[in-house]
Amino acid sequence: MTEIFVLAEHRQGQLRDITFEMLTKARELAEKTNAEPVAVILGKNVGEHAKNLAEHAKKVLLVEDEKLENFNSEAYQKVLSHLIKEHKPLLTITGHTSYGVELAPRLAVALNIPLATDCIELAFEGDAFTVTRQMYGGKVNVKAMLRKAESYMVTVRQAAFQAQKPPTPLNGQIVEVPSPLTEEITTKRFLEYVLPPPGGVDITAAEVLVGIGRGIKDQGNIPMVEELAKMLGGVLACSRPIVDKGWLPSDRQVGTSGKTVKPKLYIALGISGAFQHVLGMKNSDLIIAVNKDPKAPIFSFSDYGVVEDLFKVVPVLKNKISELKAQKA
Amino acid sequence: MPLDIIVCVKHVPETAEAELKIDATGKGIEKAGLVFDINEWDDYALEEAVRIKEKFGGTVTAITVGPEDSESTLRKCLARGADKAIRLTDPKFAGSDAYATAKILYNVIKNLHFDLILTGAQAGDDGSAAVGPVLAELLGIPHATMVKKIEFSNGKAIVNRELEGGLEERLEVKLPALFAVQTGINEPRYVSIMGIRKAMQKEVKVMGLADIGLSENDVGEAGSWLRIERLYIPPVEKQAEFLKGSPDEIATKIVEILKSRGLI
Repeated sequence: MTEIFVLAEHRQGQLRDITFEMLTKARELAEKTNAEPVAVILGKNVGEHAKNLAEHAKKVLLVEDEKLENFNSEAYQKVLSHLIKEHKPLLTITGHTSYGVELAPRLAVALNIPLATDCIELAFEGDAFTVTRQMYGGKVNVKAMLRKAESYMVTVRQAAFQAQKPPTPLNGQIVEVPSPLTEEITTKRFLEYVLPPPGGVDITAAEVLVGIGRGIKDQGNIPMVEELAKMLGGVLACSRPIVDKGWLPSDRQVGTSGKTVKPKLYIALGISGAFQHVLGMKNSDLIIAVNKDPKAPIFSFSDYGVVEDLFKVVPVLKNKISELKAQKA
Repeated sequence: MPLDIIVCVKHVPETAEAELKIDATGKGIEKAGLVFDINEWDDYALEEAVRIKEKFGGTVTAITVGPEDSESTLRKCLARGADKAIRLTDPKFAGSDAYATAKILYNVIKNLHFDLILTGAQAGDDGSAAVGPVLAELLGIPHATMVKKIEFSNGKAIVNRELEGGLEERLEVKLPALFAVQTGINEPRYVSIMGIRKAMQKEVKVMGLADIGLSENDVGEAGSWLRIERLYIPPVEKQAEFLKGSPDEIATKIVEILKSRGLI
């Protein structure tokens, strides 16, 4: 029976959420194509993870090796090439994560398998394999067809699919595969993890966050919005470009490469809503977005939207809040 | 240790604040009225290349795959400190995905001397994040993506890669290597008037399909993994309720909402 591979992602002893998102999608695709969902896990001492994965897949391929202790795309590529050549899966799914983007493109070239990256939907339609991706920072969706092949490869966006447990655990068979790595990888070596510098502010603990993005235009405008955050008893957060410019420290960044937050109130000012940012804040209780662009993706994730220049709205809003506070006092 | 560095750049439309419309073919967007510039990630890659050259010596060559208007992005690279520029262009390149684009680049770069190749981690238009690693595989050199820091030690590069949640990993990579650079690795410089003047005098080498020894089946849609079927504006997950009126009216409404939720 043909198989659909899911490369389990784990780091520092933890299986990552994307693994279960991919397995959920793999089971759905497997049902439609009469294939078997197979989890593939590479690492050192990851037997416990394999047991966990077995509940979500019909089979778990487990490769353990000292050389796989930390992620190294070259070691992973060698092992996966071996497994894919042997099993010829219909599809191999990896995350569009720091690991997947490092690994999948090279692996696809090496095996001559067509690849689509950063997919948000996957479908077998007749004898065609189609994917949906996004372009222009999420403003446009693209449906594309992969070149016809026996085997396909994709990287999928985090949180594009919702992880679900199978109704009953699948109790997949765990198959230990001897490591095909014969020698050390010398071209690329993992040295260490680098933790972010300890920050002064914990945005994950704040009940109110005022998030700023490119629309803030200039570093000199930051005190104006920081004051709004303080008036609301909250703190200032931001999207990636603000940290890239060095205007705020990295501990204020909300998103996949920053923090995931869930405050009672998130006010997004001049933030377009790239998915990397949205994934970090979309579960906030109340989201109010202010952006000049009526088509900004952020409005699809907000409770209330204001299509206006933030510099026109924020000062008036601050005055109103001051007035209200004065009345109460 | 002088380093010869190749930087792959892309000329892309700025769309962060633009309203996009699907064109008549349904397979692209209407480009009229959009401002094009160097891809944001590539801007950081170019800056990093120029900084490495300034520190260690060597050369920087900027390469792009694109039509005539992408020349302005190459001029920008020259003005910023690149020594040479190559534009790969051919009507047959239209419809090339990340794989076909990487093949085009590979066929030129394999004949050049380099110690390091830098690309952006992704492009702002198609967001594939794949050209760099595919090119590295074709060239048979090691690579790293999402690179936030590059140092050199004993002929090797030590790089920090961005992982999720603010975590990074440090890797040691043998040279020659390819690094796909993440935004924020540096602060791209402004271009001086002098730089622009000098750049206008430098030559941009232009090469087509025949010059690089590929056939039309290697490039465009025929040579790609992906074929676009259609573009569409994404359906909304949850449509915000829009607050309308003057700034004063809007602010009043926001205050009412915050009050009703007990937030002020």
